[in-house]
Amino acid sequence: MITFNNVSKKYGDNEVVREASFKINPGEFVSLVGKSGAGKSTLIKMLIGEERPSKGRIIFGQYEVNKLNNKELPELRRHMGIIFQEFRLLPKKTAYENVVFAMEVAGRPQKEIDEVTPQVLDLVGLSTKVQNFIHELSGGEKQRVAIARAMVNHPDVIIADEPTGNLDPINTWGIINLLTKINELGTTVILATHNKEIVNQLEKRVISMEDGRIIRDEEKGKYILV
Amino acid sequence: MLTTLVRILKYGVQNFARNYLVSVATILVLLLAVIVFESLILFGAVGQKAISLVQDKIDISVDFRDNVPEDEMLSLKSSLESLSEVKQVEYVSRDEALIRFKERHPADSDIAKALEEIGDNPLRASLNIKAFNPKDYSAIASYLNNDTLSAIIETVSYNQNQLVIDRLARIMDVGRQAGFMLTIILAVIASIVSFNTILLAIHTSKDEIGIMRLVGASNAFVRGPYIVVGAIYGILAAVVGVIIAIPTAYFVAPYVSVLIPEMNLWNYFLSHAFTILGYDLLFAVTIGVVSSFVVVRRYLKG
Repeated sequence: MITFNNVSKKYGDNEVVREASFKINPGEFVSLVGKSGAGKSTLIKMLIGEERPSKGRIIFGQYEVNKLNNKELPELRRHMGIIFQEFRLLPKKTAYENVVFAMEVAGRPQKEIDEVTPQVLDLVGLSTKVQNFIHELSGGEKQRVAIARAMVNHPDVIIADEPTGNLDPINTWGIINLLTKINELGTTVILATHNKEIVNQLEKRVISMEDGRIIRDEEKGKYILV
Repeated sequence: MLTTLVRILKYGVQNFARNYLVSVATILVLLLAVIVFESLILFGAVGQKAISLVQDKIDISVDFRDNVPEDEMLSLKSSLESLSEVKQVEYVSRDEALIRFKERHPADSDIAKALEEIGDNPLRASLNIKAFNPKDYSAIASYLNNDTLSAIIETVSYNQNQLVIDRLARIMDVGRQAGFMLTIILAVIASIVSFNTILLAIHTSKDEIGIMRLVGASNAFVRGPYIVVGAIYGILAAVVGVIIAIPTAYFVAPYVSVLIPEMNLWNYFLSHAFTILGYDLLFAVTIGVVSSFVVVRRYLKG
């Protein structure tokens, strides 16, 4: 489903991703690990089309991501649910409206939106906060809204870039449990993190990065610090 | 398609209402631009009126020699009327000239006595010629200075007043050009200021644009609500601009009448209120929509 074929990314003379090659199959839960600056976020940015690789090919389903132009990217992203450390929610909208927005841009009919949005917000444990604006929510609640928004369109893959970076341990595990549940329902999950405890407890596939290179790719891997 | 349009409109109105402080600030700046634009329209009308009044006062007159048959004079009138430069030709017979002369000096006993002593009508028949453009008087004068007409024409007033007429024509030309240039310059400055205000207003939403794109919103879906907001800014600025102009025109009108008695600014405003509103809407909505389009386009590319 996702293929990185010899992908590199340079900013000037600084090569932040070096000849990354791997495949992710449908339904997998993959942790992308490494220290800060290892190249995880750049790899994810290239996958969602926010950055273009300097070299190599990125295939996502029917799309050759590295060849998509600015106008073609929205369609690609409607097949993805993206979660960020800094939440990236629309600040002037309520929790409900943030989720609705994702459905509306995907062209979902109003009837479906009215039915599905409360269900998804209930699923992430926010049924009592639907009408709250984003600034009225805690970090954990914001991340739950982001997850609700990411999963509401039934994407092929959920991509989470350091989703627990700003959260306390209780909320961290709440978010990881949600991602695990989403994966169990059949959605591919890519989790970029440098949280050793999470990775080791998940016991899922781990791709380890260091200095822009993929140094390890294990089926039931551990976060091994070098 | 219709659903998408409705959603874009909904988000536009929502963004406008939820960013009400930014909206009010932007409308105020746009309102200043509209007031400048409106002033240009109204002062343009006053200027045009002043120029046309001066223009109306310029003419050249042709005095015929004594004993020229009336049909020859009327024939010259017809040939002058056929010239494309000529707007109007008035024939004043000797009798008519005398009547007008007496009317102009009803209480002057010296003039009445002098006329009585002369016995005969001392005035000449004449043609008063008005041109469409003051610059054309020289061409009309050349036509009249033709040798074949010298047998019937005694004098052509242009020859005496040429300097004044040419100077007035130049002043009116410069006045028109300066007015046009001033209008363009002020309208451009007002547009640039408004554009920058909208740029700042949208800049505060730069991150939101990025988020919308990450969620999968198409460029049209991202841009649409900002264009709706730009149009709302324009509509409100134009309407408020006309509302402000109502008392302004009412109170300024007497001062304009002191300078140009024939100009009633208040009546002009009332009879052109909807036209002015139309121009204001066109001006302000265009600025709002085009600015929003250009600014969001920049962020969509980034």
